[in-house]
Amino acid sequence: MIVPLAHVLVLAVILFCLGLICTLVWRSNVIMMLIGIEIMLNAAMLVFVGGACHWGTADGQVFALMIMAMTSAEVSLALALVVYLHRRRNTVDTDEFRELQDQ
Amino acid sequence: METYLFYILAVVTVIGTILAITEKHPVHAIVHLVTSFFSLAAIFFLLAAPLIAMFEVIIYAGAVMVLFMFVIMMLDPGRTDQAGRPGLRQWLLPAILGVIILVSIGVLAAGYVTAPHTSSAITVREFAVTLFRKYGVAIEIISMQLLFAVVGALYLGRRRAP
Repeated sequence: MIVPLAHVLVLAVILFCLGLICTLVWRSNVIMMLIGIEIMLNAAMLVFVGGACHWGTADGQVFALMIMAMTSAEVSLALALVVYLHRRRNTVDTDEFRELQDQ
Repeated sequence: METYLFYILAVVTVIGTILAITEKHPVHAIVHLVTSFFSLAAIFFLLAAPLIAMFEVIIYAGAVMVLFMFVIMMLDPGRTDQAGRPGLRQWLLPAILGVIILVSIGVLAAGYVTAPHTSSAITVREFAVTLFRKYGVAIEIISMQLLFAVVGALYLGRRRAP
């Protein structure tokens, strides 16, 4: 391990909070919200890889790979939803999608 | 040497992410995010995970970000100089919340000391054996999840008859 595990954890916490702030601030734009979720998932992956390096077992790296597969599934579905919503209202602003009624 | 490299890459990652979340236009944000993910991949390499570093570059910086870029281009987001950023009031409260969470978890994380393990480096062979022996069922489930995601995306993306 080249650095203490605490430094890796601090970096991951900083990245996670930046992703959280991105999701909260850009809550009117669906695409920027998705970008914030990506940043948060990357921070989680960093924790797993740092733990795997610290304890010398491959399990953490396996779970980082699982997170990556989960993210690609999530992104493909979410972007399909974005395209669908854009086709209905011609915008990606979440304030426009406040009605449940089908038009 | 590698220790300094880690801190330099950590600074690059954080700055790239900050630029990405403060950028007005989604396309510019994606480009900054790719920078951040590249340096994060280098950090993964330094943390003895070369396979994860490669997948980070191929899947994240390659596939996922290009998918974002495709969708943004398809949706026609408008000119970059007319894009609006949330006002200062909208930045204030989320920043306060984020900093509170950052400080509280950060104090816990910074005080986290464990005995340094004298562990051997993880080889790719060991990674592959763990992946396909110990977590073989999880691989099957995750492949089914990817298949379902493809089917769902096709269902959502189809053109409806008017």
